[in-house]
Amino acid sequence: MAWFLARRAVALVLTLWAASLVVFVVLEVLPGDPALLILGVGAREDTLAALRESMGLDQPAWARYLNWVGGLLTGHMANSLTYDVPVPALLGPRLAVSGPLALLALTLAVALALPLGVLAAARRGRATDVTVMGVSQLGVAVPNFWLGLLLVLVFAVGLRWLPSGGFPGWEAGLGPALAALILPALALALPQAAILARVTRSAVLEVLGEDYMRTARAKGLSHAEALWHHGLRNAMIPLVTIMGLQFSFLLAGTIIIETVFTLPGIGRLMFQAIGQRDLVVVRDLVVLLAATVGVVNFLVDVSYALLDPRLRHGRAGVADE
Amino acid sequence: MGPTKPSRPARALASTLAALAIGVSTLAAGATSALAEPPDSLVMGLVLEPPHLDPTAGAAGAIDEVVYANVFEGLTRIGPDGAVMPALAARWDISEDGTVYTFHLRRDVTFHDGTAFTADDAAYSLQRAMDEDSVNAQKGLFAAIDSVVALDGYTLIVELSHPLARLPFNLGWGDAVMVAPETAETNKTAPVGTGPFRFVRWVQGDRVELEAYPDYWGKAPALTTATFRFIPDPTAAMAALMAGDLDAFANMPAPESLPALDADPRFTVVIGTTEGETILAMNQRRAPLDDIRVRQAIAHAIDRQAVVDGAMFGHGTPIGSHFAPHHPAYVDLTSVTPYDPARARALLAEAGIDPGGLTLTLHLPPPSYARRGGEIVAAHLAQVGIGTRIIPVEWAQWLEQVFRGHDFDLTIVSHTEPLDIGIYARGDDYYFGYENPAFNAVMDSLQATLDEPARARLYGQAQRLLAEDAVNGFLFQLAKHGVWNARLRGLWENSPVQANDVTGVSWAE
Amino acid sequence: MSEPAAGPATRPSGWRLGVGGWLGAAIALGVAMTAALSLVWTPHDPAAMTMADRLQGPSALHPLGTDHFGRDTLSRLMAGARVSIAVSLVAVGLGAGVGVPLGLLAAARRGWIDEAVMRFNDLAFAFPVLLTAVLVTALLGPGAVNAILAIALFNIPVFARVTRGAALSIWKRPFIQAARLAGRGRPRISLDHVLPNIGGTLIVQGTIQVALAILAEASLSYLGLGSRPPEVSWGRMLNEAQTFLFLSPRLALLPGLAIVVTVLGLNLLGDALRDRLDPRLRPRPGDT
Repeated sequence: MAWFLARRAVALVLTLWAASLVVFVVLEVLPGDPALLILGVGAREDTLAALRESMGLDQPAWARYLNWVGGLLTGHMANSLTYDVPVPALLGPRLAVSGPLALLALTLAVALALPLGVLAAARRGRATDVTVMGVSQLGVAVPNFWLGLLLVLVFAVGLRWLPSGGFPGWEAGLGPALAALILPALALALPQAAILARVTRSAVLEVLGEDYMRTARAKGLSHAEALWHHGLRNAMIPLVTIMGLQFSFLLAGTIIIETVFTLPGIGRLMFQAIGQRDLVVVRDLVVLLAATVGVVNFLVDVSYALLDPRLRHGRAGVADE
Repeated sequence: MGPTKPSRPARALASTLAALAIGVSTLAAGATSALAEPPDSLVMGLVLEPPHLDPTAGAAGAIDEVVYANVFEGLTRIGPDGAVMPALAARWDISEDGTVYTFHLRRDVTFHDGTAFTADDAAYSLQRAMDEDSVNAQKGLFAAIDSVVALDGYTLIVELSHPLARLPFNLGWGDAVMVAPETAETNKTAPVGTGPFRFVRWVQGDRVELEAYPDYWGKAPALTTATFRFIPDPTAAMAALMAGDLDAFANMPAPESLPALDADPRFTVVIGTTEGETILAMNQRRAPLDDIRVRQAIAHAIDRQAVVDGAMFGHGTPIGSHFAPHHPAYVDLTSVTPYDPARARALLAEAGIDPGGLTLTLHLPPPSYARRGGEIVAAHLAQVGIGTRIIPVEWAQWLEQVFRGHDFDLTIVSHTEPLDIGIYARGDDYYFGYENPAFNAVMDSLQATLDEPARARLYGQAQRLLAEDAVNGFLFQLAKHGVWNARLRGLWENSPVQANDVTGVSWAE
Repeated sequence: MSEPAAGPATRPSGWRLGVGGWLGAAIALGVAMTAALSLVWTPHDPAAMTMADRLQGPSALHPLGTDHFGRDTLSRLMAGARVSIAVSLVAVGLGAGVGVPLGLLAAARRGWIDEAVMRFNDLAFAFPVLLTAVLVTALLGPGAVNAILAIALFNIPVFARVTRGAALSIWKRPFIQAARLAGRGRPRISLDHVLPNIGGTLIVQGTIQVALAILAEASLSYLGLGSRPPEVSWGRMLNEAQTFLFLSPRLALLPGLAIVVTVLGLNLLGDALRDRLDPRLRPRPGDT
């Protein structure tokens, strides 16, 4: 298992390195001079040159690449071109919005999907199953940003229960802050929950057909007990895979959902930074997101090892019997 | 379901989801009670968040919208009516030949860090803006200045290379505010000025908070705190006003929402003026736009009122040249190239262009006046047989490709600097590349003329030249859509500069 | 999830697609026909503006009302179907055009080529999909063609992975070994024997990818990065409708419904085809 994880870790590092190179090259060819954007149409050439020099934009590309990667590794990231503050200082408050939002969404998705999926599997072919599967089929087809608009229409415009967007800040208190996150989290969670419910159902169904489940039933365990003690753990393996993948979907989803709800989070920062040609923020954010996705996938691999005894003991063929 | 009853589908959907949301509503109830504001504070919504808070180091109007006159002050200032007024300089004298200005500074002014404001600070501020490595976005404002000398603690001598009647006006811009040498470098994140409000904090992505500065030299403001919240999305802006999260929105981004707000007794809606001449700029370097007949054809093809109606929901004044209609020297020249598709087709035929034989690029920056206005202009041009290829761009790209690269045929942009007709004298350097010696001569005489009626005549000549040359498609003057709580007093109705001076704001009993 | 399914779901036999499959096929066909019809006929010119008629409710003249420029919503929905579907089909086609050969190559050669293809896949998967698309369109500028490229780009690794996986299992079959012994080259075997045998798998994956591409195009256009005026797409209509949420919610509801119904139809069809053509394929929501 150590060998397996080490290989995955090396692959993660190589992937991130390649990602940093790709991002850097892509941003090099993006049109748009950040100095001109900051100084605007009234600026004169000498002023622009002075600003470019102070931002280090006059250095050759390879030097800027090395500076950047060096800064990432040592934690000395450059200042945002538009906000002129170090990127970590900029990211902190944004993470305090996007992090809880993604967690809330993931929690909602899992809390909805697992019971529904298991229920559908247990009632296979019956009305409950058909209903859950039908609704989830619909859920998969709904664009999350449109769902966001609908939620705003109902709960903010129609009922006026919740804010239609914006974020009061955590210092405004837990209630207002959570209230601002509920609709965006729901918009992110519901389509994901639909996918997760479908996967849960088929994973549980597959487990129900396994030999050890029949053995467990034969040993006198009830259907529910057998499912609980033996089934869920095995069903968790595909589920953890999907949840890992969904995490990267949630991250990407924040770009669009934070735009719908004007939340000051990572996703909107990224979208703004691309528009403003704030290359420093864009490249740091892209690498940060790629690293997050990579680490989450790595953790998924680790959890396989923990969930699957065959991998845990480093040998194949010993089933959980 | 008609457009007047937006809540019906919402209610129908809602009833099915109501049970789920009951728990949520208790949270929301907590939210509203926490937002009850004492009557000596103001929460104002702005569309754009400033990139930083130093008006001397960036072009973003959003910087001035927060700090101008609130946190920072200059030697002079521009008042609500657009006129130049004394600020940190109580008065000034001009030498006979118009090249030496002597500014007499106020003696009771302190920066927010407690240090006194003296002529040395003033000399430093101007010198810093003029310096070789200055990053001032409007360095041109100071181009005529030869030297700046502090004669004594409260007298500043400014020597010019040539007479410049508008120097006091120039020094009233946000780019010319006074800063202290000790804090100049940190003003971007922690601005220290001399204004009635001092900086408290900036929650990036959300808001800037200011509080009254107790040692302010002038009349103390009625407000104890002023908060600027940044809400780029029109829907969110509307919702925040409706929910009472905001007391005012300086300039609502969505004119379509104004009728609903106007009908609501809680709000006052005031349509004011801005300095924004919105134009369809044409690249004169490129054939066939170098042909005056083609430019006239384009001007005749556009129904200005339809653009105002469609893009701005009726708010905005059609213009026929590059000049603000509320300025005393304004001349209405919309009749020089009225909407006349038949005339446009005839002009194109005269220029040898067949219907459908011309396709132009149309670069559109993000604001809705450009994106929506551009769609309408494209439809109008299509009616006279001119095809367009719409290219939506972000500001960074617009600046690089259009403004500096001159790589465009048509673009729509609003020129928001006050009294900026002089850009047409910049010749080939400027993005639309207009060159006319006669126009430049008018501008030169303006610079040397101090007499107001004579200046107005010259401005009139300049406007007429631009209209007759059909330099650009002159569309409309941007309106300012102010929305605020009906009990608020003292907000600016117009925008002579991009600023939200809240010094005089108070709540009615 | 490489184990064959233990047969939990009741699988339709023969040519039958089941109720869902037929419903999905009917929806997909209906949308495709609407898109085709819009090429020759719409009730009104979808681009014709009449400021006096803006934001009208449904009427005999405009069955679904008008938008903020007085344009006919029904005509725009029909024209929008054309753009949304064309963008998705071409994007998925391009993605498959590159991804399938890559997957075939990886499966046929193994070794370092396989390793290189799989590492490229890892790299592509390290970037969240929408992020890639946003970066690509920011780089190339908004527009339908660039949206196609952005969506095609993230379809490549999906097809490469699915093709490689399916092809590897075919290469183990005895008849391939026989062809090898008969002296046929790997490229020939890939084209003559492997590709036809994984066709079903690819069609199923393709259907699902088209559904995802429609969602992606809508997201990009909603952010203002996809189709640009005067092109109409459902995502663009949603983008334009957002500021009218208070005034005219209908404008935001209708294009969204069109997207939901279309994607639902394609997913139903894809699921039915999977059961029909390739029972070994399991749902892989991560494959986008």
